[in-house]
Amino acid sequence: MSDLLFFIEVTLAGLGSGALLSLTALAFVLIYKATRVINLAVGEILMMGGYFFFAFAASMSLSPWIAIPLAIAGGAAIGALVERGIIRRMLGESPISVFMVTVGLGSVLVGIVELVWGTDPRTLPDFMGTAPIFIGEAYVSRKIAISFVVAALVIAVFLLLFRFWRGGVALRATATDQAAAYSCGINVPGVFSLAWTIGCGTAAGAGVLLGSIGGIAPTMGAFGLSALVVVIVGGLDSVAGALVAGLAIGLVEAWAGTYLGGEYKLVSTFGILILMLMIRPYGLFGTKEIERL
Amino acid sequence: MRIATANETYLADAALIQTRTQWAWMGVLTVALVAAPFVLNSYWLYLACLVAINVASATGLNILTGYTGLVSLGQGAFMAVGAYTVAWLDRNLGAPFLVNLFAGGLMAAAVGVFVGLPSLRVKGLYLAIATIGASLILHFVFLNWSSVTGGSRGMNVAPATFLGTPLTTYFQLYWVLVPVAALMVLGAANLFRTRIGRAFIAIRDRDISAEVLGIPLLRYKLLSFAISSFYAGVAGGLWAYFFRSVGPESFTLVESIFYLAAVIVGGMGSILGGIIGAAFMTLVPEILRFGVEAIAPYVNNAGTLLSPVRTVVFGALIILFLVFEPQGLAEIVQRIRRFFHLWPFRR
Repeated sequence: MSDLLFFIEVTLAGLGSGALLSLTALAFVLIYKATRVINLAVGEILMMGGYFFFAFAASMSLSPWIAIPLAIAGGAAIGALVERGIIRRMLGESPISVFMVTVGLGSVLVGIVELVWGTDPRTLPDFMGTAPIFIGEAYVSRKIAISFVVAALVIAVFLLLFRFWRGGVALRATATDQAAAYSCGINVPGVFSLAWTIGCGTAAGAGVLLGSIGGIAPTMGAFGLSALVVVIVGGLDSVAGALVAGLAIGLVEAWAGTYLGGEYKLVSTFGILILMLMIRPYGLFGTKEIERL
Repeated sequence: MRIATANETYLADAALIQTRTQWAWMGVLTVALVAAPFVLNSYWLYLACLVAINVASATGLNILTGYTGLVSLGQGAFMAVGAYTVAWLDRNLGAPFLVNLFAGGLMAAAVGVFVGLPSLRVKGLYLAIATIGASLILHFVFLNWSSVTGGSRGMNVAPATFLGTPLTTYFQLYWVLVPVAALMVLGAANLFRTRIGRAFIAIRDRDISAEVLGIPLLRYKLLSFAISSFYAGVAGGLWAYFFRSVGPESFTLVESIFYLAAVIVGGMGSILGGIIGAAFMTLVPEILRFGVEAIAPYVNNAGTLLSPVRTVVFGALIILFLVFEPQGLAEIVQRIRRFFHLWPFRR
């Protein structure tokens, strides 16, 4: 019985971290959908979100409820600046060049964080409380439960926005056919900016949640690699895919980490990635467009 | 094409060195390389050896990425395969080090083909991501296959012996590393005068047309993977003899990004580009070190600034080159050459 309980607890924790993966993957998908750029710096922007929150809440001792929006705004500002300053200039270049630019951007962000805050890991000021939550008999860490709920809410809001908001419709139109969207009077460059701003803001928000669970460090951008696997498995341009694959990868990581040992976490994730690339390179829900050999 | 270099045979047209000026420059370079160990101090010799290793690896990646158009972020992992193979052979069989290096290259080539085979169903960005996945899995193998790789502690490598002399000083290592690297660069340059090299270039420029022209895509892409991984494996073996220890943290994803960055900064699809790119990216951190040392008296804890500043500059170089000079340093060199070729006629 206790084995089953343990399994349920592990599963719940996996769903919690899976929700964070989904949220981060959403940032990938948003940016990819609009601009066809795989932004490998999403992990680093997530890290910046955590550090912005640290700066506002711990160093300037603002209330967390002011610091969270500021951290998200900081991430969004980075996204907007990068889009306007670098990505817009690279329009029409090969996707590989743009991808490498985001790799370079990630390196720059890590360096800046190390310059300003040093390399030591830090803990974020607590703003969620620590009293555990029990679902039936199963114990769930309060932070993970709150993160799950927040991530689920944000994703739900996004789905509604995509469906009904003008900007969301414009984004879907741009994703389907840039030229047609342009000739319908949609401000395509504006959509690009919007996608980067919102995407990076989302990543920064996910960083605050992730940082409050496990602390922040300059290396936490590696979380972005897991999220990258999520988007490949789910499909690069599919919001639903990010959702499903995020939860699935979260579960797999939790199970592999508990029953096989911590070092199997990343390996199982990337094993799934390679398998997926061999069987369905366009992902579970993605658009089939990849040329085969 | 420069003035007064009309070639009358195909052989002359495909020659690596076509003019007397180029021969003269090659002579100058050779003399400089031979004279260097007698002039430089130990620190600069260390850097020269490091540059030689990185040139070998970056040239290999250039064959795959620059000439065949397949982007790989697994070069560091392939180097690790070569380094581990060399370390294992050296400890368990004690074979001569040149044999070990060759075996390291072959092993890396085999792993490269194994990684490349499934990855080649996809291309472009997906291939880059698949190689990231493969290198993380290889890292896991290095960390956990303790009986062969020594686990997280890694392995120590005995110094290479050549004609009974152990190669321990940078002066001695220089005479092995630089000729091997030069040989590998020469091999790469000659590769693109052959049918195989031209097939690679055709695949890069348009793979469907290449197939129509009768180039079997799968075979040539795998061949490109194999050659590139062979270069990485030999470079990794040199690395193992140079640093004399191999561990799972020796070659991380950052290393792979470093080599791709070196190829981009130097110039994709240019042998010269691979060389200057690798040298440039190896030397920039050292220049930064001098910079940090220069400001040390005026700033507190200047030493702790070094690593972050290097990280920032590393990323910034990738971004700046891709945005402003996508053809890399090789293009700048070409521009300078063109200027002097046309010098009195065009201002």
